[in-house]
Amino acid sequence: MEITAIYYLIPSLIMFCAGVYGFITRKNMIAMLISLELMLNAVDINFVVFNRYLFPGALEGMFFTLFAIAIAAAETAVAIAIIVNIFRSAKNVDVHSLDKMKF
Amino acid sequence: MESVGSIIMYFIIALAMIVFSILAVTSRKILRSATYLLFTLFAGAGVYFMLDYEFLGAVQIAVYAGGIVVLFVFAILLTSKPGDNTDKLTSKSKCMGLVAAIATLIVSGYALLTRANLFGQLPEMSNPDMHTIGSHLIGTTEASGDYLLPFEAVSVLLLACIIGGIVVARKR
Repeated sequence: MEITAIYYLIPSLIMFCAGVYGFITRKNMIAMLISLELMLNAVDINFVVFNRYLFPGALEGMFFTLFAIAIAAAETAVAIAIIVNIFRSAKNVDVHSLDKMKF
Repeated sequence: MESVGSIIMYFIIALAMIVFSILAVTSRKILRSATYLLFTLFAGAGVYFMLDYEFLGAVQIAVYAGGIVVLFVFAILLTSKPGDNTDKLTSKSKCMGLVAAIATLIVSGYALLTRANLFGQLPEMSNPDMHTIGSHLIGTTEASGDYLLPFEAVSVLLLACIIGGIVVARKR
């Protein structure tokens, strides 16, 4: 059996779809952030797989993934700071009960 | 033709990736879904190791599994009781989510499967060593790699993120 690129792309596609499903259905902000991480990770795997199979000598996909991981870490830290701050003022992190700024 | 060991390893990784990512978005206990996210990230690191990007796999384990998941667990324990279930999903939101996810799956899966023969077998590649990666990250010429500008931009972004995190989360 040959393991070609498609064998890696299909699991990462399913992972991305799970992320989409979670992002739409979840109401807890942290659960939405977890779904977002799933989607980001699926895209990272795609970059690496395409780099490895189509351009094995180049390092573009690998560096893109490296920077994407760094930016995802920064984004998660700021998002969790915001969530903790929201929890402090509203006492929960449910997106449907956060309507103070709506009019 | 791959060895039997790498095929078995591939199936373990692919199965873990699919099962744990679906469990992470369907589990009703939020702490469990963070744990399933951890396993999914480990499977992603396994993919990087299988494709010979060992540095990337190490970064994935150190930053994602070591940093981000711990941050998630802290935030979950700060904002909810450990045993709490989230509310049951209404059938409307579940329906919408399923439609979006399955539509994405069908469209992208069709596009991938009809072009599956574009990809050949795994080409030979030497594992990029630390010296290559390091000289690419701080190089400015085309030959030695030119990722100095994004490297510096990411370092400034991390500084801004540290300051932003402190400013947003401190007590007023």
